[in-house]
Amino acid sequence: MEPILKALTLKEQLAEQFRVHRDIICRNDTPFISQARERSFHRFLEMGFPGDHMERWRNTDLKRALSVDYDLDVEAPASKMDVSGILRCNIPHFNTFLVSLYNGWYLSENGAWITRPDGIVIGSMAMAAKQYPHLVEESFDRIEKTSRNGLEALNNALAQDGIFIYVPDNVNAGQTIQLVSMVDYTRNLFLQNRNLLVVGKNSRLTLVHCDDSLNHQPSFTNTITEVFLGEGAVIDHYKLQNINDKSTVINTTLFHQASNSRLSTHGTVLNGGLIRNDIYVDIDGENCMADIFGLYLVDKDQHVDNQVQVNHFQPNSVSNQLFKGIADDRARAVFNGYIHVHRNAQKTIAYQSNKNILLTDKATVNTKPFLEIYADDVKCSHGATVGQLDEEALFYIRSRGISYDNARLLLMYAFAAEVINKITIEPLRLRMDDLVKKRLRGELSICDQCVLNCSAKENTVSFDIDMSKI
Amino acid sequence: MENDQNNLLDHITQSEYKYGFVTDIEMETAPKGLNEDVIRFISARKKEPEFLLEMRLKAYHDWLRMSEPRWAHLSYQPVDYQDIYYYAAPKKKQELQSLEEVDPELLKTFEKLGISLEEQKRLTGVAVDAVFDSVSVKTTFSEILEKLGIIFCSFSEAVQRHPDLVRQYIGSVVPPNDNFFAALNTAVFSDGSFCYIPKGVRCPIELSTYFRINAAKTGQFERTLIIADEGSYVSYMEGCTAPMRDENQLHAAVVEIIAMKDAAVKYSTVQNWYPGDKEGRGGIYNFVTKRGMCRGSHSRISWTQVETGSAITWKYPSVILMGDHSTGEFYSVAVTNHHQQADTGTKMIHIGSNTRSTIVSKGISAGKSNNSYRGLVKIIKRAQNARNYSQCDSLLLGDQCGAHTFPYINVENKSAIVEHEATTSKISDDQLFYCRQRGISIENAIGLIVNGYAKEVLRHLPMEFAVEAQKFLSISLEGSVG
Repeated sequence: MEPILKALTLKEQLAEQFRVHRDIICRNDTPFISQARERSFHRFLEMGFPGDHMERWRNTDLKRALSVDYDLDVEAPASKMDVSGILRCNIPHFNTFLVSLYNGWYLSENGAWITRPDGIVIGSMAMAAKQYPHLVEESFDRIEKTSRNGLEALNNALAQDGIFIYVPDNVNAGQTIQLVSMVDYTRNLFLQNRNLLVVGKNSRLTLVHCDDSLNHQPSFTNTITEVFLGEGAVIDHYKLQNINDKSTVINTTLFHQASNSRLSTHGTVLNGGLIRNDIYVDIDGENCMADIFGLYLVDKDQHVDNQVQVNHFQPNSVSNQLFKGIADDRARAVFNGYIHVHRNAQKTIAYQSNKNILLTDKATVNTKPFLEIYADDVKCSHGATVGQLDEEALFYIRSRGISYDNARLLLMYAFAAEVINKITIEPLRLRMDDLVKKRLRGELSICDQCVLNCSAKENTVSFDIDMSKI
Repeated sequence: MENDQNNLLDHITQSEYKYGFVTDIEMETAPKGLNEDVIRFISARKKEPEFLLEMRLKAYHDWLRMSEPRWAHLSYQPVDYQDIYYYAAPKKKQELQSLEEVDPELLKTFEKLGISLEEQKRLTGVAVDAVFDSVSVKTTFSEILEKLGIIFCSFSEAVQRHPDLVRQYIGSVVPPNDNFFAALNTAVFSDGSFCYIPKGVRCPIELSTYFRINAAKTGQFERTLIIADEGSYVSYMEGCTAPMRDENQLHAAVVEIIAMKDAAVKYSTVQNWYPGDKEGRGGIYNFVTKRGMCRGSHSRISWTQVETGSAITWKYPSVILMGDHSTGEFYSVAVTNHHQQADTGTKMIHIGSNTRSTIVSKGISAGKSNNSYRGLVKIIKRAQNARNYSQCDSLLLGDQCGAHTFPYINVENKSAIVEHEATTSKISDDQLFYCRQRGISIENAIGLIVNGYAKEVLRHLPMEFAVEAQKFLSISLEGSVG
């Protein structure tokens, strides 16, 4: 009973905080947004936190995460911080435009609002509410109306900051934008982020988004990211999650695609206490492409839950989901892929594949590859497998003198490589490759600095041959 | 071609349910509605022992606390459970010894169905225990079966003659409070079939039952219990048809199968309940709980179903694989047309080690129907070396229908290998063109392709059923758009 009571308390605490800090939370709002917050908060109070009474939350239990006492941080840090001091997330040979969400607050060495010569606007959501009120208002309005669970409503009520990117029509944002969400707080932090990305007609954007934690303090991050792809727009979206074992991250990402647009989103979970990714792709135009890839490597008591819903509203589009994961120790991996082909969406091609490796008897995999199809001229398929490393393959490798551990590593790496190889940016792919290898060897954990700057030198895999046995 | 297809569509949408007729037989019914008195009435009518009445009443009280499941991909008018007759029996005069004594009206009904007992008896060697609105009328071949020690009789007869067996096994696979519809069935079940195969006996003939819902507004609540003792084998067939009625009729059956060590049970169903007319009026609501338990090692339970009927289908024949090395199989063809809705699939619960399960599900949707596969494969922690292979394909005929797949896979043991595959497609123009080019009419071509598509499942049916199933398939689908 205890966790339930605690969860109630957290809800009550939030209600109290919202009442006390309402003025601060609504400081940057237009009247419309303030009202939307108010309504969404009531919606949250009605719905409460999602639990196992909801079909989509049956395999993810938030009780433990909600039983922690959290702080709500409603004031942006007063002093100017040296961004480069905190963020040294260099990817070798990879020049990115770096912005950060530090404890949920927008932080960039280029200031809170910049307009680049090519017309691209990058700034904080707080500023966007002033600069582009109609865009932000629409976003709050949408989420208020579609809130599928209490957390989405809560985000709509409490989110004060996040990143805002606007790419005008016909612009190729050559430089990759790297967004690092970092939690570095002395107490337990409960934070809401709200991001909005709008990419205009025939424009192109590459975004690398990392969730990191700098210490071992528990935190609860509840983020909503909305991404709009205009006609003919191209987005490459990479998400890397590497947070401490006590932290919870709930990520809701909504992609809206117009005709001829191309989306590629690629998520990698390396570490995390409880990670839940809700990805919604609305294909609202013809001739779109959507690639949704995911890789998750979990051990200890970690929990990862990927929920992907692809809605084909219009004909002639292609979507492709590939999710692969390895669960070790007592970890739990959940996948729910959902392809919804609406009546109008003829000639749709939609694939979905989820493959899992279970390394121990204490680890669990729940997979639900769903199809809901209302159009007849479609090609849809899904596949799901749960298994372990192939004994014969292991034997084959070992028979060539490679140690058992290395053989296992090789097989696991080969399993993961299918997803890693989908990364099209070469320096990023090499870096991911490197991180995954480290992760599989158990060398990767959150260090004092951001994981991407992990200073340890890459050790080459040594295939030690025991000569005495030959 | 467009015209052809429209004509054919018209043809099929206008074709009437061939088995829609009502037999006039005096009925003896319990008062409408459900309460303790009705349950006591049913129990008293059937001269049941005390334990059964207790079980019924307990299930009834559990049922009162339960709510109807709403998670299935189905939408229908709520059922008024107080507007149903829970007991209807043809007035029985005496025990029947031969076919001549059977009410000629009944025999006519069976003849219309094309399953005349005589014919069955003479030609097919099938023993039929025909359940006519809940009360068993006639059992054939009982002498042969008796010699082998096989008990195959109506459920009420079993309650009278083998109360210990019934008491031991009833509710052991589907507990009385398992779900809303199982609880309802336990409270009010009227009759059904009972089958016991003793140790080491291989049942020489295929056992078969025909269910028919006849009286208007009568819910059919049969209870089937099949027990296969050590080393035995039985193939059991169930077929269903229901006459045409405007109001929806409720059907909530429970089937329990128990397979002991080395036993094998093969359960086949061809289900052709009245699906409602082309506007979606009427038709049967079919909410059925079917579950088998592989209790002993090396036991095996196989479900094969061909679903062409009922307005709403909510049905998940499952296997609990308790014994080591036990095997569960599920082969299904579900066809929906007009406004039919089906949410059907299976559950395979792997508990013993080295257990295996196979799922092959073929969904065919046409008209404005919705056809969903919903299945669970669960491998618990101690189920070493479990193996599952699932394949669910959907075929869409027409652009107004829906085909959905909702598989759930829960794996807690690292030695498990679980595979799931599914595809959704329509009959390709290439295939159609190829057939038509060889002078095959579009109607026959579609029939050919659909039959080929369903072959993988149909070949698991006993021969007598396979012929019938193919007929049902073509009746349900002939002329649907390609």
